[in-house]
Amino acid sequence: MAETADQIIRPEALPDPSGHFGVFGGRFVSETLMPALEELDQAWRTILKDADFLAELDRDLAHFVGRPSPLYLAENLTRDMGGARIVLKREDLNHTGAHKINNTVGQGLLARAMGKKRVIAETGAGQHGVASATVAARLGMDCVVYMGSEDVRRQAVNVYRMKLLGAEVVSVDSGSKTLKDALNEAMRDWVTNVDDTFYILGTVAGPHPYPAMVRDFNAVVGREARGQMMDEYGRLPDALVACVGGGSNAMGLFHPFIGDESVAMYGVEAAGRGLSGHEHAASLCAGRVGVLHGSRTYLLDDEAGQIRDTHSVSAGLDYPGVGPEHAWLKDSGRAEYVGVTDSEALEAFHALTRREGIMPALESAHAIAYGMKLASERPKDAIALVNLSGRGDKDIQTVADLEGIKF
Amino acid sequence: MNRIDQRFQSLKASGRAALVPYVTAGHPHPEFSVDILHAAVSAGADLVELGMPFSDVMADGPVIQNACARALEQGTGLDQVLETVREFRQSDDHTPLILMGYTNPIERRGSERFAREAAEAGVDGLLVVDCPADEAATLRDQLAANGVHQIFLVAPTTTDARLERTASLAGGFVYHVSIKGVTGAASLDVTGLSPMLKRIREHMDLPVAVGFGVSTPDQAGSVAALADAVVIGSALVKRLDACETKDETIATVTEFLAPVRQAMDNSRLTQSEKVATPT
Repeated sequence: MAETADQIIRPEALPDPSGHFGVFGGRFVSETLMPALEELDQAWRTILKDADFLAELDRDLAHFVGRPSPLYLAENLTRDMGGARIVLKREDLNHTGAHKINNTVGQGLLARAMGKKRVIAETGAGQHGVASATVAARLGMDCVVYMGSEDVRRQAVNVYRMKLLGAEVVSVDSGSKTLKDALNEAMRDWVTNVDDTFYILGTVAGPHPYPAMVRDFNAVVGREARGQMMDEYGRLPDALVACVGGGSNAMGLFHPFIGDESVAMYGVEAAGRGLSGHEHAASLCAGRVGVLHGSRTYLLDDEAGQIRDTHSVSAGLDYPGVGPEHAWLKDSGRAEYVGVTDSEALEAFHALTRREGIMPALESAHAIAYGMKLASERPKDAIALVNLSGRGDKDIQTVADLEGIKF
Repeated sequence: MNRIDQRFQSLKASGRAALVPYVTAGHPHPEFSVDILHAAVSAGADLVELGMPFSDVMADGPVIQNACARALEQGTGLDQVLETVREFRQSDDHTPLILMGYTNPIERRGSERFAREAAEAGVDGLLVVDCPADEAATLRDQLAANGVHQIFLVAPTTTDARLERTASLAGGFVYHVSIKGVTGAASLDVTGLSPMLKRIREHMDLPVAVGFGVSTPDQAGSVAALADAVVIGSALVKRLDACETKDETIATVTEFLAPVRQAMDNSRLTQSEKVATPT
């Protein structure tokens, strides 16, 4: 499916020119970064109208990433649930194993177009770091990936993958030593090296234009899925389901369907050990509006406004904020956000693995869990389209540890 | 009249540049904070900047990150910051005091309430690092209604259009971030400073403070020859981090700031002599 410039540019859509989705979004950063964000915004708007750039992006998505990713009808799971059909969008089959590469290919080409020789990225579980290092290797750019020291310890294999790809991995020891601190440190690098460095942000969070830009690079998922639904099922799905940490895979799937009123949207957050305490990462379900990492959005903080440490079995969802467009979709009522606990996600991980022979990433297992629940409640002629945003190879150690298995 | 405006007026009249030390509230120990502020004033500070600890200080380098983390561990939130200001004001009613921090804790308290409480406590200016002019309109009005100036940052990369926008909202003084980087990251290059200050002054009449790369008396002296104020933070906070007792902390503040003050005054003196000498 060829993409055209017309499909990507949505002048009627949010955000407004200053990067706001209603009251959400914006640019809450130090003045030192504002000119760089304005330059990035301009460069991004320019390449969206550049037919050569878009053609190259399409070629890379087809031949390097392996797009389009198929839709897959999970017949066994559907039968088990006894209700709506469960259809999976197979982002797990992409090069490097997740949807993250859609965005890094786009931002990598943009970095090259802007003449930057060095890229930096933040990563939690390591998927975005690997996807950034992959693109940097191919484009011949220096790459530095910031990763919380706690995550470096938990994700040793991904750290080695990034090093094999030629990236330098910097272990971040401040704060909670996880994704949010890696993001802070990447911002600090960017502000220091802003002349020659491009910051490949990995999710639809951060200051404008990142939420809109990362969404647009991931929206290939939703555009493809929409076309595939029409081609293969002759209709749109009744519901979309995707996991939400920062929210890039969900935003990529949801965005092309926003105008389709018959399509319900469910964002699935990490409810960790339950939403009643603080051991979760469900900023939309259990958080409040505040300002974090450059935008106004829902977040998890204490009474004094200090950002809380979060918990999720999946490192990719373990983040105290969320992309501002999700905050907007929640408040406008267009999308609904729900929580899935660690144990429910683990159950879904096993169910998909055993019943369909597909091992999901623990992040995606949250979406699978809710998709199964939704299917059991809906009639047989309904279709739930679930974004299988990544594969589970990276999580085998985590699952084994949780189940007390030693190799 | 706001204390900041008064202070810059009298500094201008006496031909001096302002020394503006930054310390993080509650660091190295919450009980030292009020005395640190007084000691800074005694050592020659013209204005003082008090950091409000936050968990995610994106624009700060390792020294202030560490100071914030230590202050938070010891329970320093906005309540304690405002209490520090109130106590300081009991025996110093004339030194301008600026709070520096990040948006989220202020919004969690309610920015209108915060503006009122800060003014009542005796705060004269507020610098919210992650609130550039583009996002500042509401907060700026709330502060202005309470007689508190919103202080803004400008950087070498700030365009003329952005200087203009900032000028329309800024009060008190404008804070020029002299380096590309976070606080305490690198040393300032004084040669590039002069044209930038000229450009800033073309867009606004406010005094210009320079900070983010100043750590030694020599640098402070060079900057004082050009700018209206010198902000010095990380270098001081780093020394305070090693202090264990209140006496040691107070002595460190004095020992650190006195030579800075002297270098700044000498530099202005030399400058006025140069001007006075016929060529």
